[in-house]
Amino acid sequence: MAYFLQQLINGLTLGMIYGLIAIGYTMVYGIIGMINFAHGEIFMIGAFVSIIAFLLLGMLGIGWVPLAVLLVMIVTMLLTSVYGWALERVAYRPLRNSPRLAALITAIGMSIFLQNYVQLLQGARVKPLQPVISGGLRFMKQSDFVVSFSYLQIFIIILTLCLMVVFTLLINKTAFGRAQRACQQDLGMAALIGINVDRTISLTFVTGAALASVAGLMFLMNYGVIDFYIGFLAGIKAFTAAVLGGIGSLPGAMLGGLLIGLIEAFWSAYFTVEYKDVAAFSILVLVLIFRPTGLLGKPDIEKV
Amino acid sequence: MSMLTVSGVHTFYGRIEALRGVDVTVEEGEIVTLIGANGAGKSTLLMTICGNPRAAAGRIAFDGREITSLPTHNIVRRGIAQSPEGRRIFPFMTVLENLQMGASVVDPAHFQEDVDRVFTLYPILKERRHQRGGTLSGGEQQMLAIGRALMSRPRLLLLDEPSLGLAPLLVKQIFSVIADINKTQKMTVFLVEQNAYHALRLAHRGYVMANGQIVLSGTGQELLANPEIRAAYLEGGHG
Repeated sequence: MAYFLQQLINGLTLGMIYGLIAIGYTMVYGIIGMINFAHGEIFMIGAFVSIIAFLLLGMLGIGWVPLAVLLVMIVTMLLTSVYGWALERVAYRPLRNSPRLAALITAIGMSIFLQNYVQLLQGARVKPLQPVISGGLRFMKQSDFVVSFSYLQIFIIILTLCLMVVFTLLINKTAFGRAQRACQQDLGMAALIGINVDRTISLTFVTGAALASVAGLMFLMNYGVIDFYIGFLAGIKAFTAAVLGGIGSLPGAMLGGLLIGLIEAFWSAYFTVEYKDVAAFSILVLVLIFRPTGLLGKPDIEKV
Repeated sequence: MSMLTVSGVHTFYGRIEALRGVDVTVEEGEIVTLIGANGAGKSTLLMTICGNPRAAAGRIAFDGREITSLPTHNIVRRGIAQSPEGRRIFPFMTVLENLQMGASVVDPAHFQEDVDRVFTLYPILKERRHQRGGTLSGGEQQMLAIGRALMSRPRLLLLDEPSLGLAPLLVKQIFSVIADINKTQKMTVFLVEQNAYHALRLAHRGYVMANGQIVLSGTGQELLANPEIRAAYLEGGHG
């Protein structure tokens, strides 16, 4: 039981990170119908901006942890958003009316480009960060096994839930959210009622990048090391999460992220760690075969 | 000065020339109708006025200012609203949200007043206001599409086949509302129809389009009396 609970905690934490990245995939797919394969790299850039910001704050002598984390989060959200915005502006907008394949290939190209860009700027070696938040709760001692719920995990879960609430309010209550949903349902009609479609699409990329950058920050704090290649695997897993939840569905992205995190944690714990990626991707294959619309996805909008 | 001037407009879909030099004017306060067979280019003209697709040649002016190359959303902000072909209401939004979307370009302070006006025109929408757009019947969706267009407080209302697929009684109702909006709100209406009889009876002036060109024009009465029109569009009952 204690072991099970521990895996549940680990899986939830991981799932929160995947879920935050998955939202970016699902939003972009919802509005322009493309899979932004460079989104994993946006997450990676978020992690790099975070580590640089931590080091700079360290040099400035800002050591109080809550303030430091808050500042780093603001900085990485702002800077990473710029990358998300530029990605759409430079690479995708000129291809808006091209065949889907062109956009897909461009996305893969941008993914490779961003990986190499970071590798050139930051070097290929892994970058370590000292634990920022340490300690935690320990309970349910069973012989020599103790369940530990670290403060870092608590922080990740609570922060993600807060971001979810803010994000849901943004989509459901604000003018941008309404414009976003209108564009998702009918891009051409949205323009016909006076919505600036280009700006809405830009803001969608910015929002997705901001959430992914926080996921990058969490990844950095959770694992303590990053390199230019982390976006690839995390990105594909988050993409799997988005498909599992139903691509285009925002609650689906979060749910899919949690499930992928849990599956990965339990698989590693009860079967083999080596094959945890196989487990996650087998899910992708199974979902695509048996339920292509995902758990919460809607079938393609029928024209009425 | 005409409110809307379309002069020498050509529009392409890929290599297909859908509009081949179209000239149309609409004066302030008028109801002008455009009739023609399927595929004549009527809907293309309405969409070209809104900048999607763009006119490849020619000029479109609204209130004397050229709008030919403005982005669609800015054309709408100038005061042109369209209820497009196929209605295109937002299926996963409620009736109220659809109307709210229509008011995107308007000061929110006017919202309640404008919604009430739409609900007075179409009381059924008030009953359905919390229902999702996709669950409405065809006639209700048409009313919603027109209502949504009215929410942007347009000066020129473009209507694309509002009677398509509706029962005769509903068709009458839709047309009487159009006449009413024109009279009481002084709204200028440019109406595309296949239902030539009703449209020409309602309109001050009309144009006939065939193969991407205007082939005839005149007052509603003149066109109704024209034997060619009677043979091509009106024989076989009053639709």
